[in-house]
Amino acid sequence: MRQLRTFAPVLAPLALVAVTAIVGSFFERSTEIYFINALVAVSIVVALYVFVGNSGVLSFGHIAFVAVGSWTAGVLSVPVEEKPATMPNLFGFLSDTTVGNIPSLLLAALVGGLFALLAGLPLMRLSGLAAGIATFAVLEITNNILRYYERVGPGLNVFSSVPETTDMQQAAIGAIVAIVVAFLYQVSRFGRQLRAARDDAPAARAVGISVYLQRLIAFALSGALAGFAGGLYVHYLPINADVVYLDLTFITLAMLVIGGMTSLWGAVVGALAVSGLDSLLAEAENGLGGVDLPSGSRIVVVGALMAIVLILRPSGITGGKEIRLRRVARVAPAKEGAT
Amino acid sequence: MSAVLASGLTDFLRSAIEPQVQVDAIGIGAIYALMAVGIGLVFGVLRLVNFAYGQLVMAGAFALAFASDRDWPVWLGIVLCFGVVIALSMAMDRVVFRPLRTQSPATMLVATFAVAFLLQAIALLIDQSDDTLGEPAASLAKLNLPWTILGTDVRKITVVAIVTAAVCLVALVLFLGRTTVGLQMRAASMDFQTARLIGVRANRVIGSAVLVSGILAAIVAVMLTVQQPLVTSTFALRETIVVLAGVVVGGMNKLLSATLGGFAIGYASGLLGGALPTEQSQYLPSFLFGLVILTLLVRPAGLFTRGRGPVERV
Repeated sequence: MRQLRTFAPVLAPLALVAVTAIVGSFFERSTEIYFINALVAVSIVVALYVFVGNSGVLSFGHIAFVAVGSWTAGVLSVPVEEKPATMPNLFGFLSDTTVGNIPSLLLAALVGGLFALLAGLPLMRLSGLAAGIATFAVLEITNNILRYYERVGPGLNVFSSVPETTDMQQAAIGAIVAIVVAFLYQVSRFGRQLRAARDDAPAARAVGISVYLQRLIAFALSGALAGFAGGLYVHYLPINADVVYLDLTFITLAMLVIGGMTSLWGAVVGALAVSGLDSLLAEAENGLGGVDLPSGSRIVVVGALMAIVLILRPSGITGGKEIRLRRVARVAPAKEGAT
Repeated sequence: MSAVLASGLTDFLRSAIEPQVQVDAIGIGAIYALMAVGIGLVFGVLRLVNFAYGQLVMAGAFALAFASDRDWPVWLGIVLCFGVVIALSMAMDRVVFRPLRTQSPATMLVATFAVAFLLQAIALLIDQSDDTLGEPAASLAKLNLPWTILGTDVRKITVVAIVTAAVCLVALVLFLGRTTVGLQMRAASMDFQTARLIGVRANRVIGSAVLVSGILAAIVAVMLTVQQPLVTSTFALRETIVVLAGVVVGGMNKLLSATLGGFAIGYASGLLGGALPTEQSQYLPSFLFGLVILTLLVRPAGLFTRGRGPVERV
């Protein structure tokens, strides 16, 4: 029973992802794509949550790890014979190698994680706004280099001829893998130590927790998950450097905060709610069910609703709490998120 | 390898000390410093990093383009620009920031993202309604012509920017130092709770900070529109991001250090833009943000702050 209660919080997000995937697969391709998009968004937001949610430090740099993952998986999956046409300036070892779908995703995670580890070594000493701006600087530099350095990718062009292996099944499995990894991390001793440091840093230090080390571990792990999500992304859309840049940074952070940034449940709910709303409005722009919005008004509505949700529920839709198996009335309220 | 690096560095320094590059860099620095004051003032009283500040500037630029399109005289366009920006700035505070005043910095920051999104999307709708990309604001363009002083082309707007920035900063110092509201604003930015306890009225102080930062945004809008007369929905977005980085690098807790940070990053980007060889100039953002990271690692509390600064509760 106790075991069950420890693992109960992961069931709700998993169920939600499964339901999304099953409902989505009943639709035809043009609508199905919204559901795939939402599931890829879940993977990115869960990756972001592993660091931001557990450490309480905002990161604007995670889309850099998504971008690096996309580049890794994208460059390595294009068939060798097509590389000279689309990416003529690649390094020799990149243009001579092609790997399959699963290895490309694993390599994306590896490269994303290593990059996050290297970036985190100096940056995790910072906190507060300085950390926010420094992680943002990582995004700027990464985007700038990917955009112009054609030895490692297509530069300003879009990735073409990457096999489109991220279908509904792969997007759902990817989101589930991300959620399970994030959950196992947050109930591990590392996750608990980092959350202790988030809630009361001096007390955490007093019991011997190294805040720097715990943040670094979380940063590297979430970088790996972000790289993995980037791999999923490039296997589903022909993206370029503009796609994995500012807009994606803001929308994923907004998803996390709107869902409730201190819980995994919040990350998943936020990603699905905002993607769902965005897709509905996109359909409405094309004239759905009598509603006919002028094109471009979608972002106006999403922006306004984001502001309204934040004003009415500043700690997010879920209040930043995990879902409980049972509500047990106790005299002393249980610590949030610990269950 | 090191010889190549050394000669590259010498070339860089040689172009960097050219008067042309210096004047342009100071001009950019002056405008960025004004934006930094606008962001720093609001941060001082609200602890809010206003990401939507650039959209205020963008709204002002749209107002100028609107006036220019209807052949209004320049002064009327500028009046409209000030009116729109100040009204929007006050509305933003009343509708979004006031209800969120007691929330965590993360929530407030994301709320300003939402506002920025919203304003940018509205601007895009307006922009696309006449099937053109961008609205030209041509009536101000004559300020962009150069004067030649001792062989250096100085654009009139550069002089205007430097003079305006200097005048604004002096006026602001007088306002903060010599008026009651200014004194209350300084008190509130040091310790809001205590300031309220001794009778500082929160809404009045925050309202004045928002008003002043709106006026500064309008001034910046006029000067940026002269330099880039084609107004699009992403107008001033890039500048805001760079200024935000500059403000944090300079030190956010003091208005002076934030302003110096804004100037420094504008100056640095002008210098890099003017002095980097052409084949490397596309990597300008990497150089600039590389400097940002290095500075933050060496002086996390701010480049222009004295001592270690307050201990942050991580």
